Amino acid sequence: MTATRTDHSLLPADLSVHDDPHPPAAVRLEQVSKDFGDTSRPPVLDRIDLTVASGEFVCLVGASGCGKSTLLSIIAGLDAPTSGTVEVAAGHPALMVEEPALFPWLDAGQNVELALRLRGVPRGARGGEARRLLDLVHLDGASAKRVHELSGGMRQRVALARALAQEGRVLLMDEPFAALDAITRDVMHDELTRIWQDTGLSVLFVTHNVREAVRLGQRVVLLSSRPGRVVREWTVSIPQPRRIEDPAVGDLSTEITEHLRREIVRHGR
Amino acid sequence: MAADTDPSDVRALEAGLDALDSLVTPVASNRTRAAWSAFWPTAAAVVVFGGVWQAVALAGLRPSYALPSPADVWTAFVVAAQDGSGVRAVGLSLERGGLGFAISVVVGVLLGTTLATAPLLRRALGPIVSGLQSLPSVAWVPAALIWFQLSNAAIFTVVLLGAIPSIVNGLLAGVDQVSPLFLRVGQVLGASGWTRIRYVLLPGALPGFLAGLKQGWAFAWRSLMAAELISSSPRLGTGLGQLLDLGRQTNDMSLVIAAILLIFAVGMAIELAVFSPLERKVLRARGLTGPGGR
Repeated sequence: MTATRTDHSLLPADLSVHDDPHPPAAVRLEQVSKDFGDTSRPPVLDRIDLTVASGEFVCLVGASGCGKSTLLSIIAGLDAPTSGTVEVAAGHPALMVEEPALFPWLDAGQNVELALRLRGVPRGARGGEARRLLDLVHLDGASAKRVHELSGGMRQRVALARALAQEGRVLLMDEPFAALDAITRDVMHDELTRIWQDTGLSVLFVTHNVREAVRLGQRVVLLSSRPGRVVREWTVSIPQPRRIEDPAVGDLSTEITEHLRREIVRHGR
Repeated sequence: MAADTDPSDVRALEAGLDALDSLVTPVASNRTRAAWSAFWPTAAAVVVFGGVWQAVALAGLRPSYALPSPADVWTAFVVAAQDGSGVRAVGLSLERGGLGFAISVVVGVLLGTTLATAPLLRRALGPIVSGLQSLPSVAWVPAALIWFQLSNAAIFTVVLLGAIPSIVNGLLAGVDQVSPLFLRVGQVLGASGWTRIRYVLLPGALPGFLAGLKQGWAFAWRSLMAAELISSSPRLGTGLGQLLDLGRQTNDMSLVIAAILLIFAVGMAIELAVFSPLERKVLRARGLTGPGGR
């Protein structure tokens, strides 16, 4: 098993993983650095080591400019690291960002179907699969709605259905709920937790909201800013389903926020 | 699962939020009334203009061969309609305009898509195509006549050279306006090459492209009239431009004005009947309201 560790086609079906002390990684970053060619400034990302195990939910927190979004772009294949290696398990990783970015010339169902079509799903199977995915995000009745007729939360759920339609094993999320109001965001947290548990997806979730990270993640990783480095990480052992107002969530958030503040203060000096 | 996150509760909560947050579509206002309120100021302006014209003509400030009255023009119009020459002229010009425009759309889309996806080619040809838009297409008439003599080929050459730059520029402007966010999403979804053009670039560019088509039609129609007016020949039949030239040759000012009004009316009717509804439909489907409101 150790010999195949660098194989890109790590299959979740491999039963030997149970005996392996290191389960197959969905995402593995080794010594990943990124700078934009400007040597007078510290690199955006500095020798990042990060592993997301298959089926794991990892949250990445940090202040502005810590390169969180750059890191996700690199994993999604939209950007190349200056150095280091990036390995992603079989399948194209799906990426969801703050703006739902649904195509306004298609209705909700067609947006999901387009992802299926680009993945190569045959025509006859697309309609049913799109309906199933919209039902999964509780939007079974909104398939024929145009994008501008949907609320912010509904748009983000269609975007989630579209991301799930890509059938990657990895879901990358970059502040996906930052623009939503508190109640809608709360509902989205419940939805995401449920879908993650049902599908066994690996999730890497970037946010500046520490409470959100503790509410969702099995692990919370704190990144420093300029240069972006992994400062510390916490394992969240509070059982799911959690609520954002749970005292245990609050306690851990306070502790992580304390470290995050220290990181920010360092830049003021 | 704990009771506090019972999925059915989440579903119910979501249903409530969705209902509260969704866009409330305003009830469509009375369409007849809206159409009337758009129509009557224009109609009133036309009536006032006609009245002033008739008064000036009656006052006899100018001889009637130079300034015929609206009634004289109407008579010329009725004669042209009754002997069939007016109807044939409109039919022939529309046929040429329609065919020339259709060819322009095909060439324009191919050229525009090529330029939009080949940056070097675009840097080389883009400014030239933009510049061609400001070249009056009547300037091509002498060249077209030397190449193709007095023939339909000469007329179509002028129409194509008038319309294609507008269509290409409209498509390029539309492509430039596609949000980088959509391009990124397309890339994440796995669109590349042809699928990127087909599913992201072209649908995203549609509003700009339609504006280009509209302008392309206007330019095609103008170019056609210029070409018909100059290449007046019995062999080419009588289009609206040739009808206009006939009026000039026979010193029939009433016919000239009737022909001008016909050219104006046909150009505008196509715009109102074809392009405006198309543009409105596309913009409305995307939640954008076009010029002139809803």
